Amino acid sequence: MPLTSDQLARLTRIAKKLRYHIVTMIGAGKPGHLGGSCSIAEIVAVLYFYKMRHNPKDPSWPDRDRFLLSKGHAALAQYAALAECGYFPNEHLGTLKELGSILQGHPEKRRTPGIEAYTGSLGQGLSIACGMAMAGKIDKKDYKVYCILGDGEIAEGQIWEASMTAAFYKLDKLVAILDKNLVQASGPIVERYDTNPHPEKWRAFGWHVMEIDGHDIQQIANALDQADHVKGRPTMIVAHTVKGKGVPFAEGKADFHHGIMTKEQYQLARQLFEE
Amino acid sequence: MRYMLVNMQNCRMVYGQTLVELGREDDRIVVLEADLGRTTMTKLFEKEFPGRFFEVGIGEQNMISVAAGLALCGKIPFANSFSVFATGRPYDQIRVSCIGRLNIKIVGSSCGLSDFGDGATHQAIEDVAIMRAIPNMTILSPADGIETKKIVRAAARYDGPVYIRILRNDVPDVTAQTGEFKIGRPTVIREGTDVVIFAHGYMVYKSLKAAETLEAEGISVKIVNVSTLKPIDEKIIRSMASGTKGVVTVEEHTIIGGLASAIAFSLRGTGLMIEAVAVNDRFGQSSLNYEQLLEHYGLTVEAIVKAIKKVLR
Repeated sequence: MPLTSDQLARLTRIAKKLRYHIVTMIGAGKPGHLGGSCSIAEIVAVLYFYKMRHNPKDPSWPDRDRFLLSKGHAALAQYAALAECGYFPNEHLGTLKELGSILQGHPEKRRTPGIEAYTGSLGQGLSIACGMAMAGKIDKKDYKVYCILGDGEIAEGQIWEASMTAAFYKLDKLVAILDKNLVQASGPIVERYDTNPHPEKWRAFGWHVMEIDGHDIQQIANALDQADHVKGRPTMIVAHTVKGKGVPFAEGKADFHHGIMTKEQYQLARQLFEE
Repeated sequence: MRYMLVNMQNCRMVYGQTLVELGREDDRIVVLEADLGRTTMTKLFEKEFPGRFFEVGIGEQNMISVAAGLALCGKIPFANSFSVFATGRPYDQIRVSCIGRLNIKIVGSSCGLSDFGDGATHQAIEDVAIMRAIPNMTILSPADGIETKKIVRAAARYDGPVYIRILRNDVPDVTAQTGEFKIGRPTVIREGTDVVIFAHGYMVYKSLKAAETLEAEGISVKIVNVSTLKPIDEKIIRSMASGTKGVVTVEEHTIIGGLASAIAFSLRGTGLMIEAVAVNDRFGQSSLNYEQLLEHYGLTVEAIVKAIKKVLR
């Protein structure tokens, strides 16, 4: 279904707002996972503000859709979305990584309302998502489980163990999104450790595969809607993205996987996303 | 040696049967298996509850994280493999699950040297050390079939991560049929006044034999079954040791990081003599006979007797 122009404008505004939060949560002179958080801003915006069935007033509602950030270092994007949804007050965003904060460097369910698991040790989120989808099957519930993976992350062997589990158990309520931002911590994926070809691998492992521009809100919404109709197989949406998307000095740069913005860079990035 | 008069049970079989009972009582119980169901005896659960049994193939890392996902949706997953694979291969997946105190039960079958034929790759002699290091983890090691049943049921009732060690071979009953098992509470199996032995698993039986041997020589040995290896209640351990002249620990595990470490630390500052009977920082190997293998690694009645005499000197 094509989005209305209002929906499109709203989701575009939200993605911008998420980037504003990501930049300000990191601040100047301190390291933060800027690149991988900005590459998923549109995907996270569409999931939380268009697609997912969830209730910020009741984070443990049994019928909610689940969202797992397997590439947990991009937590900033998710924290920003949770705050904008109203899971917790926006003020918490300023406490990221402070001792005792509800916002840890990587997602932790017990500390943060709206977080579903413990991710960030890469490669584990897809298996956890499988377990959640299996539980839904046993309980005959129709909630969906969404899981975002990184294209560097899928070098972890456990991802492929999980991909077989998802296909073998026909987990069609499971939708994975590959944030194909082309860059891992140490450099471009094709140079450092090439995990390609992606669609072919997931197809061979028994998944229904789609490919989209991961910054095109309409394409993201279409792919997520189409996934609702896939039966008997899990869905993989390979989303072509740009690491650090929207932040000119960070785009495509491994340095900003976990980089430090200078004062000038920070001011520039902040201004770009200010309302 | 043959012990014809005692009742022998297979802990794996007891485990499999207990899982089925639990499955009937509570539909939150689900079972995950990594292709060893014919040995771990989860095949019994699979037969009765195919919809709540998940073969995940030979992939232990995935198995633990899938269990985590099931637990996060209110299920009580029992994840199974041999001890060595259940704890070693998915160490980080277990660790991450413990950060969240997730309600997963990891069951390591063929613990210690009990998979005597398969050699060093299959024998778990450092599993307790690895699991003890993880915050929030509970570690249970039943001494016999009677206790296996109680422990598996207690683990299912407890809300949090648990690792259970299951013996592969038939072992004699040493614990009482009556009495409730309580996580964290060691039990006195035999009263005595001169020396106290702290043991777990099959080594409780070996300790009993050693105590019987020494009785004839006028040495009175108390035996404590430490079937909860974590958490260890320091106060209880100290009170059980107080008044004796020495302490011996006995375990089918490496001397590093297991029961010996836990007891020695608990008794620090008491001035009590302590000796440990354990695998001396070595890997296992194949043997055609379990008892022969235990003898090779010094886990014998004679070694326990020797250790007791040493602390009494």
